[in-house]
Amino acid sequence: MSHKITDHKKQITFLLALSMLGSSASAQGTVKVGVLHSLTGTMSISEITVANAAQLAIDQINAAGGVMGKKIEVVKEDGASDWPTFATKAEKLLTQDKVVTVFGGWTSASRKAMLPVFEKNKGLLFYPVQFEGNECSPNIIYTGAQPNQQALPALEWALSKGYKNIFLLGSDYVYPRTANLILKKHIAAKGAKLAGEEYVALGGTEFSSVINKIKAAKPQIIINTLNGDSNVSFFKQYQAAGYSATTLPVISFSIAEQEAQSIGPALLTGQYATWNYFQSLPNPTNKKFVAAYQAKYGKNAAITDPMAHAYMDVYLWKAAVEKAKSFEPSAVRKAIVGISMDSPLGKITVAANGSLTQAVYTGQSGAGGQFKVIGQSKGVVTPQPYDALTFPGKSCP
Amino acid sequence: MNRVAQPILLVVTAGALLLAPFYLSAYGLTLLGRVLALSIAAIGICVVWGRGGILSLGQGLFFGLGGYSLAMHLKLAATPKGELPDFMVYNGVEALPWFWVPFVNGPFALAMVVILPTLAAAAVAWLMFRRRITGVYISIITQALVLAFVTWLNGSQGLTSGTNGITDFHTLLGIDLRGEHIARNLYWCTLMVLGAALLSTAWLLRTHFGTLLTAIRDNENRVRFLGYHPAAYKIAAFALGGLLSGLSGALYTLHLGTISPAMIGVTFSIELVIWVALGGRNSLLGAVGGLVLGQLAKDKISSAVPDAWLYLMGTLFVVVVLVLPQGVAGLLERRKPAAPRRKTLGEVSDVVSP
Amino acid sequence: MDSVFLFGQLFTGLSVASLLLLTALGLALSFGLMRVINMAHGEFLMVGGYLTFLAAQAVGPGFLWLAFPLAFVGTALLGALLEATVIRRLYGRPLDTLLATWGISLILQQAARQIFGSTGVPVTAPPWLNGAVTIHGGPLDSLTFPYVRLFVIVLALVVLGGMWWLLNRTRFGMHVRAVNQNREVASILGVNTRRLDLLVFALGAGIAGIAGVGLAMLSPVNPTVGAAYIVNAFLVVVVGGVGSVLGAGAAALLLGFVTALAEGLTSSSLAQATLLILVVVFLQWKPRGLIPTQSRALEEG
Repeated sequence: MSHKITDHKKQITFLLALSMLGSSASAQGTVKVGVLHSLTGTMSISEITVANAAQLAIDQINAAGGVMGKKIEVVKEDGASDWPTFATKAEKLLTQDKVVTVFGGWTSASRKAMLPVFEKNKGLLFYPVQFEGNECSPNIIYTGAQPNQQALPALEWALSKGYKNIFLLGSDYVYPRTANLILKKHIAAKGAKLAGEEYVALGGTEFSSVINKIKAAKPQIIINTLNGDSNVSFFKQYQAAGYSATTLPVISFSIAEQEAQSIGPALLTGQYATWNYFQSLPNPTNKKFVAAYQAKYGKNAAITDPMAHAYMDVYLWKAAVEKAKSFEPSAVRKAIVGISMDSPLGKITVAANGSLTQAVYTGQSGAGGQFKVIGQSKGVVTPQPYDALTFPGKSCP
Repeated sequence: MNRVAQPILLVVTAGALLLAPFYLSAYGLTLLGRVLALSIAAIGICVVWGRGGILSLGQGLFFGLGGYSLAMHLKLAATPKGELPDFMVYNGVEALPWFWVPFVNGPFALAMVVILPTLAAAAVAWLMFRRRITGVYISIITQALVLAFVTWLNGSQGLTSGTNGITDFHTLLGIDLRGEHIARNLYWCTLMVLGAALLSTAWLLRTHFGTLLTAIRDNENRVRFLGYHPAAYKIAAFALGGLLSGLSGALYTLHLGTISPAMIGVTFSIELVIWVALGGRNSLLGAVGGLVLGQLAKDKISSAVPDAWLYLMGTLFVVVVLVLPQGVAGLLERRKPAAPRRKTLGEVSDVVSP
Repeated sequence: MDSVFLFGQLFTGLSVASLLLLTALGLALSFGLMRVINMAHGEFLMVGGYLTFLAAQAVGPGFLWLAFPLAFVGTALLGALLEATVIRRLYGRPLDTLLATWGISLILQQAARQIFGSTGVPVTAPPWLNGAVTIHGGPLDSLTFPYVRLFVIVLALVVLGGMWWLLNRTRFGMHVRAVNQNREVASILGVNTRRLDLLVFALGAGIAGIAGVGLAMLSPVNPTVGAAYIVNAFLVVVVGGVGSVLGAGAAALLLGFVTALAEGLTSSSLAQATLLILVVVFLQWKPRGLIPTQSRALEEG
């Protein structure tokens, strides 16, 4: 009799222990993480490769023995380029699959849709893309550039090259609108001139009116926050109207190596882009990353800033888990602050607001869709979620 | 389906739905709740299209009006007093736009959830039916209207939050939307609204109104010659469709915790219609069932085989229309021994037509 | 607005109108003849664009001689197939046709996505279309007309002229007009209406294919390019008047100019929303469109 009872007790304690571990770690010594990107729809072209980069890091970590002795098990979900779907899939990952963290998202809209889900279920999201700032959820690690890590350095670069009359062109959604709001304040503060500001609906392909307005405004440079296919149409119609990189340069925030390939290097030669990462960065960690990615996904695969961020995010998470000695999201969030590592982007450190202290580069597009680095920030730039000039008095807690 | 089986099946389904919170997983429950919320719009389509013969491809407009009415209030309730909603701040808006101001008041917003879509639908219907615009013209116009609405939402970020839509709600009339049992209560609430909508619409369609609506669908001129005013009935039906869409939109917004233009656009509006077509455009239960099962299938299949999903859905559109014009409900109906009646009708028309 | 900008916008309007017209002509034809709204019509435009891309891949910069026949014949065949398998079976059920063709558009879009990817494929216009006519001196100094846009405008004019000739100067056109006016009587008088439906539908699809060639000169071809044009193309048909080729031409011009003017004054999103509302208001004033065709049937379906 007594024997039996102890057996039961053992079982119960074992079950209790399991449940206390959180459903995070299953008995087989694996830990579940979610990867949530658009695998279908308009955003899939950009997001599939970002998901691939995260998968590469996970595979590498698993091959080297996993995290705290546990192999990482990936639950992949498709956001389908549809913001509400991101919210429902995030909910599924957190409540049904019980993943300990999620790597995912690209558009601001998808992040905004997921944010309440992560806050409600106390999950943790690693978001790898540059964004408009003005947000600091304790449940999100924002590793992409804040406005002061991409937009403002680009403006400074343009001003330093003597371009004082600036035209702002973007797709009509939150990132370009906010980035341009900040840029306008700084353009005014620096005594430069705003030639004009235009937005085209997401996916829009008709630029005749916009080019006509640019022609009337006679700017010296265009700061371009267009997204996706709109860029191809814009550069095509810009060239047809007789412009080129020498007569009217364009500096873009959403054109990386992959986009450059699909726009066609011929249309883009000589144009500029600002990022925290270019495939051509010479540091050894990057060389290894590029080689590993191309070995797995094709030797001509283009590698972009969000991909590099997504790849590094997995390693950041691993480092934080090991520091916290726990998979529990809030412990990981606490532990991640202050972690510093050599990444493909160079040396990065996680700041208290959950963003990265990282360097900023300006590149010029050349043949083959690669960018040549022609400018670089002095050291690393501290992330500022709220631009002090545009949103005075606001800051992250 | 025979006369005994149908009520039994109905009771079993209703019971299973009522008890769902006790046996479904958390995710399963929110999914089901969301889909049931959506199916309220299907009732509206059944009335407008199935019974009224008016194919609106713009139900997303009314769905959106209901959803946004509620979302505006929820957003204001989640914003600290004296501050502007976050998206207005980072779009450089400095004062609360006039049409946002009254939505601070919860009861007002809840009233608007019903009033705005109904009024909008009545206005659209009045404009169309007054000029005797019919058939595909209505489909095209309603589609253009929903596209116009979505384009305006996308293009007016400071006022509407644009493509992001409105997200991050905390409380509704003092109830914490992130609380423990909220999913369960919201589910039951949705089920109740759905039940009420179903019963009252079923009743309405059995009245003189329902009969006339069908008569107008089948031959508008004859109804007019009989001395009725078809436009008035069509406007009323369309307004009812708008009302149900608006309710559906508000509940859906609550379930999902967000509303955005992408959720209410051209594709969404036409997808609603096709699930109703699949279930049976003439049958309230068919329409609701078609939408619920279709959406559940979408959730499962689109994540398992994302690429195959669109092929499947496209094929379904074609097959349903070609082979099953009355949907699955029509297929079940057909098993009824109704053959003799049909025969006499056929004979009569044979005699009359030459 | 200074005069250069104003004329620039007028030119924009003309350019927008020509693509709209090419897209809408086929719709107007089949709608007029069969009272059928083909939601997959935008996908003919897309297919035309992809065929242009393939032609450019196959023969290099001077691809237009191949692109036109390829796009026209390819989409016309696809149109014929669609008519024979689906549309014909739904005759007299316009609302159902609308839904079925929407399903077909989903299938075609997904097929394109799997074959070509969801990002647009760029087509580089032939070298002789690079560059622009620029006015020097005078009040319109520095006004430019890019060759590609002029090319699309000329294309639209040629197709419109061809259609007019076909409908008004040939036996085929006479049959089309006869069926347009009264299907039963035309059929009794010996017009093979079945065959005519098939031909007209295929022709309309082929014209959309040609529009696809024009489109590919201006922007990348992606799976949703048809969806982006289809609503406006419907509006052209509705505003122009059912089945009227000249009406479609006038409506396309009207819509193009209104768009360009609104874009000049506001942003592109607001311009699009305004345009859609204006069309609905316009239909209050003229529910049968700019140039309504006379029908001898007692009751419109």
